[in-house]
Formats: sequence, C-alpha cells, structure tokens
Amino acid sequence: MANITRLRVNGTLHAVSADPETSLLAILRDFLGLTGTKYGCGEGQCGACTVLLNGRPRRSCLTPLGSVASQEVITIEGLERHGRLHPVQEAFLTEGALQCGYCTSGMILAGVALLQSNANPSEQEIAQAMEGNICRCGTYPRIMAAIQHAARQTKESRR
Amino acid sequence: MSGPADFPLPIEPERYEFRAAPVHHFDLRRRDFFKFLGAGMLVVSIWKEAPAAQEGVLTGPPFAGPPLPKEISAWLHIGEQGVATVYTGKVEIGQNIRTSLSQAVAEELHYPLDQIRLVMGDTLLTPYDMGTFGSRTTPTMNLQLRRVSAAARGILLQMAAARWNADAAHLSATAGRITDPATRRSISYAELVEGQQITQTIPAEDPLLSASQWTVEGQPIPKVDGRDFVTGKHRYPSDQSLPGMLHGKILRPPSFGATLISAEDLPADMASHVTFVRDGDFVGVAAESEQLASQAIASIHAAWKEQPQPSSAELFAYLKNNPVELKGFEGASRYEIGAVDRDMASADHRLTQTYTVSYIAHAPLEPRAALAQWTGDSLTVWTGTQRPFAVRTELAQAFHIPDGNVRVLMPDMGSGYGGKHTGECAVEAARLARAAGRPVKLVWTREEEFTWAYFRPAGLIEVSAGVRTGGAIAAWSFANYNSGGAGIRTSYDIPSQRIVFQPTRYPLRQGSYRALAATANHFARESFMDELAHAAKMDPLAFRLQNLKDARLRAVFQAAADKFGWGATPAPGHGFGIGGGFEKGGNVASCAEVAVDAATGAVRVVRVTTAFECGAVVNPDGLRNQIEGAILMGLGGALFEAIHFENGRILNPRFSQYRVSRFSDVPAIETVILDRRDLPSAGAGETPLVGLAPAIGNAIFQTTGIRLRSLPMVPSGIPKT
Ligand code: FES
Ligand code: FES
Repeated sequence: MANITRLRVNGTLHAVSADPETSLLAILRDFLGLTGTKYGCGEGQCGACTVLLNGRPRRSCLTPLGSVASQEVITIEGLERHGRLHPVQEAFLTEGALQCGYCTSGMILAGVALLQSNANPSEQEIAQAMEGNICRCGTYPRIMAAIQHAARQTKESRR
Repeated sequence: MSGPADFPLPIEPERYEFRAAPVHHFDLRRRDFFKFLGAGMLVVSIWKEAPAAQEGVLTGPPFAGPPLPKEISAWLHIGEQGVATVYTGKVEIGQNIRTSLSQAVAEELHYPLDQIRLVMGDTLLTPYDMGTFGSRTTPTMNLQLRRVSAAARGILLQMAAARWNADAAHLSATAGRITDPATRRSISYAELVEGQQITQTIPAEDPLLSASQWTVEGQPIPKVDGRDFVTGKHRYPSDQSLPGMLHGKILRPPSFGATLISAEDLPADMASHVTFVRDGDFVGVAAESEQLASQAIASIHAAWKEQPQPSSAELFAYLKNNPVELKGFEGASRYEIGAVDRDMASADHRLTQTYTVSYIAHAPLEPRAALAQWTGDSLTVWTGTQRPFAVRTELAQAFHIPDGNVRVLMPDMGSGYGGKHTGECAVEAARLARAAGRPVKLVWTREEEFTWAYFRPAGLIEVSAGVRTGGAIAAWSFANYNSGGAGIRTSYDIPSQRIVFQPTRYPLRQGSYRALAATANHFARESFMDELAHAAKMDPLAFRLQNLKDARLRAVFQAAADKFGWGATPAPGHGFGIGGGFEKGGNVASCAEVAVDAATGAVRVVRVTTAFECGAVVNPDGLRNQIEGAILMGLGGALFEAIHFENGRILNPRFSQYRVSRFSDVPAIETVILDRRDLPSAGAGETPLVGLAPAIGNAIFQTTGIRLRSLPMVPSGIPKT
C-alpha cells in the first residue's frame, strides 16, 4: 500500500512513503513534523488546516497525498524569509489578532492567498473570502484589521 | 454557604466546578528546588498566614531544611543568568494570562518583560492550583505574583544594601539593576544572586504599588510569545510527540448510556501490528499512524446494549418535571426577602414568562488531545486542560497509583471556554499507552469533541414580577431549572424577591461554560426587564435606571447607552436593545442594533456597543480582545447555536451542522472600558458575554414586536407568526 510520493514543502523536496489516500494534513504533521498546520474538523469546514498549494489556499484535511504529487506546498513554517516574518504574520502581531492562536496559521495563509488575488480587500471581501475559517475565540475583527494592515504595508514597501 | 437563605459565595463558582478536592502532594524540599532551578533566589508565596509565621517571613533569616508549606500559590526564581522564572498552576488557554501575569511580575520586580518566563500548569514543577476558571486568575494569581515580585525586589534591595553597607531605603531598583544614587554604584539582580541559594516565603500582605503608579501593568502589552504562534512554532497539546509514539483511537458506543455486549478481536492481519485494548466498556487501539488506527477501529465488530434516552424535542418538559434534591454545593439554592406574594398581589401590573436555553457546545478549535507515556509505574501526560491537577487525580484514580506518580503538563492550548475541565482523553491515551508499552497520542475528532465532551447546561427559567404605576418593581420571582445559579441574583432594587435555583435530572453530560449560567440568567432577567418596561410604557433604559441604585452598574449602562446613541430612532427594519448586569466582579452593559429582513426573517446584528468595568485594568488591549471575543462567541449562542439530540445520539456533531459565528456575522463593535484604578482588578474573560443575548432579543422585539424567549433565538430566522 505504501507508495512513494514526491512533493515540495516550503521549498524542500520530500519523498514520502505512505498510502496515497493519506491526507496531506497527516503527512505534514505526522510524517514531516510540520505541526503548524492544524486539525479542526476534518471536513473542510474550519480552515485550521489551510496550506498554500501552488499559491492557492487549500484544505489539507481533504487533500489526499496522491493528488499533490510533484506540487508545491507552503505551510505556516515556510512563510518566514531569512528570519523576517511575512507582512501578514507581522500584522497579526501588531493588531493582536489572536487569542489561543489555534486558528492563526490557517487564517494567515488564507490572508496571504487573499492578498495575492486582491491587494486591497475591503472588510466585506475579507469576510467573503475567509468565511470558511473559524476563529472560535472570536478575533475576527482583529484578523480583518491585520489583513488590511498587511495590505497597506505591502503597498508602501512597493513604492 | 453564607448569606441570607442559604445563598452561596458572592462571586459564585458554579456547582460543577468544585468537584475535585484539593489534594496536596507537595513534598519538594528546599535543596530539590535548587537542583532543578539552579542557584539563585527563590521567593515563595503562600495563601495562608499561619504557616508564614512558622516558616519565617521577609524580615527573618531564610529558612532551611523542612519541606515548604503546602499552601503555596506561586513561586518566583531569579537565576544567575538573569532570567526570572515564575511557577504557577494557572494555564494559558488564549485568555493571554501568560502576558498579563508577566506584566504583574515586571511591574513589581522592576524587571524587563523579556527576561521573565512563566512555567504554567505542570503538576511537577508548579504549586497546586484548583484550575483556571471562574475569572479568578486576575483577582487572585495576578495579586499573588505582584506580592511575590514586590517581596523579591525588597530582598534584593536588602542584599545590595548589605553588600555596600548602605541603607536599602536609599537604593533604587530599575530594570533589573540596583543602583545607589549617592555613589553611582550599580549591580544587576543576576550578579546579586550568583552562587546563592536563598529561599524566602512571604505572607499575603506586602506593600504593593497602587494601580495609579503602574507603568507596565495597565499597558497594552502584546502577547509575550506571539511570534511562536504566527510562525507555527508553538506546540499545542495535539502537536506533542515522542520517539516511538503510537496514535490512539477509541471505539465509541452508538449512543449515551450504551454498554458493551461483545467486541471481536482485530483481524489477524492487523493484530500483528496494532495494539488492541478491551477493558470493560473501553475498546481502543494504538497504531503507527492515525490512519491505521482508524482502519483498525472500523474493522472491529462490536455489539452494544442501548438504553432509551431523552431527546431534545422534550427537553424543557423533562427539566421541569424532573427536579432532584441534592445536598450542599450542588443542591438547590433559594434567596428570599420581603413578602413576594403580598407585593405581587398588590402591584398594578403583573407579568409572568418562561424562558429557555438550549444545550450548546464549547467547540474549542483544538479538540481534546493527550500524549501519555509510562515509565514503570509512573505516568507523564501532556494534555489540554484547564485543570491539570484535577486531571492528575483523575489519572491516579483510574490507574490506582498515587498522585505523586503522575505528572500532567499543559502546553498552552487551543482554548477551552470552560469546556476542558476534565481528563477523559488523558485517561484514554494513558490506558492505550500502558497496553502498548509505548507512548500514545490521542486526538479526539471534531465529532468526538461534539459528542463525548460535555455541554453548557440547558435550562428553563420562570420569571414573574409585579410593577407599580410609575415603574417601581415591587415583587420579583425567578426560578431556574438546571442551568445554574451563576448570576441568578438581580442587581435591581426590589423589596420582595424569591430567587430559586432548582437542580434537575438532565439528559446530556453538562458542565462549565464561559460565564456559566450567568448568560441564561441574564437573558431571562434582562429580556423580562424589557417586557416590564414595555408593559409600564417606559423607555427600557430609563426603567432600569429607575430601579437601580448600584453606581457601578448604572455607570456602565449609561456609558454604553451614550456611546451607542440610545434614544435615537433606528432605521426602518432596524431595532435597538439593551441588556446588562453584574457578575464575577465585573459590570457590563451591551447595546445592540439588529436589522431584520422583512422578506426572509433573517436577523443580522449590525452593531454592538459594550461598556465594561472590572476594576483596575491590567492590559487594556488584552481586555478589549476578550470583550470582542465574548461578543462574537455570545452571538452564536444568542442567535443560532444549539445541540440537537435524539435517544442518546447527537444529531449535529459537526461544524457543517452546528453553526458558530463566522466572519460574515461580525457586527461593528465598540467597546467602552471604564478603568477604575481605585478598585481591585477582576477577571474579564466571561462577564462581557452576558448582556449581549438580551440586548439582541430586545432589539428584535423593538423592530418586529416579536418576543423571542428561547436561546438560540433565530436558528432559522424570525419565526413566522
Ligand atoms: S481541519 Fe480542514 S477544514 Fe477543518
Ligand atoms: S484565536 Fe483561538 S480559535 Fe482563533
């Protein structure tokens, strides 16, 4: 049953020997030790397991390993560049956009993906794009503020 | 129990929060401390004054030899490397006490925040603590740590004075250094304690900086280890792992109360590499991967004997018809003053209504998780819980070993909201680990968390009141069945009151939930106040203020109303409502604006203004974060959250079937914080929740004329009349 699947995670090529039906979430957490990606529901309803697959947000709990062979996965651990946080990570700290922080990696990755397709999202657009991400602690207003903050930072640094 | 007519404590812990007896197994000796802490200075804070007298206090010589007193609440160690480490049994669950407690230490020790570490909720290293609940951390632990830190600073000043042959009163302590302004000499705390093994215990009343002099407390300090959270580095309970670890899975009964008749062994091809445990009704497996464990569980053929169970359709009749008589803390409570029947009869208007509150789930985003490891007869468990010491006792009892053989560690977890007071998952993981002879991790699925954890109690509340012409409430009768006694007393000045909490049999496992029954009791009381105001043809705010003397509560009502613009006319299809009260040392008032879609009946909360006063504010940004979070969590319970069950089965154990607040539900939120530096700090994670549901219900009434008396109010829009 074990096949070898190759995939690139945070820039590193991995050859994983596992059942191709295994969820990408389990591969990241249990095989690669990347526990920043979280389990929250296993049914695509909470967004805690969000990763970027070829730059697009993806629910890793519903993604079988076999379907991502040779593709590019970015997890929360892969956002930092040379010791510098991604602007969205930075903005979550500035805005205090977390309590327990369990939703945070999924929120940050969803936010990063959103900013790639919409450099200046309104609150409504954020709500629409991120409706599938649950923060049970209720830090939604701060998450929206953080994403808008990151959008402003990014625009300024481009100038 | 104290107070008139057998009413419990003024700040009332809920009856189900007190189950575990505080068992102390604390026999570390002084030299053991320094073995694991390294040389330096240790200051220990104790709850009770009596042992302090025996052990020698601040002015006496450091004690040596005997075990430390058992009533320790926290201790602080300053090491040679300059790190101040605080040990407390409290735990971090997202309420950001790791930050606010660090602030307390920085403030009183005069020490840089980034040189302070907190060791929390580790039953080996931290003093006993009953648990993190009831908004008790800020009023108790914050104070204890301030005292410990102030005492430590005093000792350091004395040490520097002795070294320099100076008068301690002329030295100053700033940012971890002691300076003699006269000679410009200066020395760091770390240098002072180098090579030392100093121990001091302190009693409970040492000088403290008053809140008006705070420089670190009272500041919006960001989460102290926030970077670990935004980079995915922090390891939650479910992220823990050990070499050789297996993954566990449990076979769940088909319904509550079912007992196991038989379970076949695993098929041979699995039995060779999967650990299988059958012990009474417990059936579980441990395997190399979670997937394999799930497959193994799926392959087991088991037969269960099921018991008929109540269903949500008959829930409220069930509660009403099944009162139980219990003694003591869990029993009924009754408060009665004046002559209720007489004043009710003579009032000009009388009103009686019944309110109900459904079962709801905490649904913390991180479900229960535990990693268990045995070494001989000793057990270590990393698990997410608000009560590590109670879980230690639970484990010790389950495996018939002394408490001292069990160590529970609680890594900062994916929250709890009162829903993780118990150790089911820890016990299950430990049972599997014992059979496997290897460490086992068990993470509950979302469905398990929705089914086998416990719920916020459902309740039925009957209220009657008599009002005199002119708006004075003369008589008040309030009876709560099952949901609980927290926040049951009214703050309004009513001469005749009868307030009863009646425990009943209940169909689902139930327990604490953020704000406890204060949410249910405020919903009923503050909705009913609105009904009375309308019956008396008075403005709901004016009616409240007329019946309310308490200055603190009046202040928050007024502050919320002013900020919100109470008294203005809402837009068509919109309504305004207000609700508030006093609970756990805090006063809160919320105003809500709702919009009701005339065609669909859909309700949207457009705007919420919450005014909150909890004494001296320790961290205004942390407090704001808690208030906003409480509003968004409260919104779900107010509008759409409900657990449905039928004959022992939960019918909606998934996020696709159980609706929690999401981004699109977020209203415009304004918070007004009344910082009372002249008052002691109260906890703030719970109380901001309680005014919201009635404010929303009252706003819905204002615009539709429909009074909703059941939580959740609009699981599928305004009911068609
Ligand atoms: S765990 Fe994947 S969406 Fe919830
Ligand atoms: S911060 Fe706790 S779930 Fe979002």
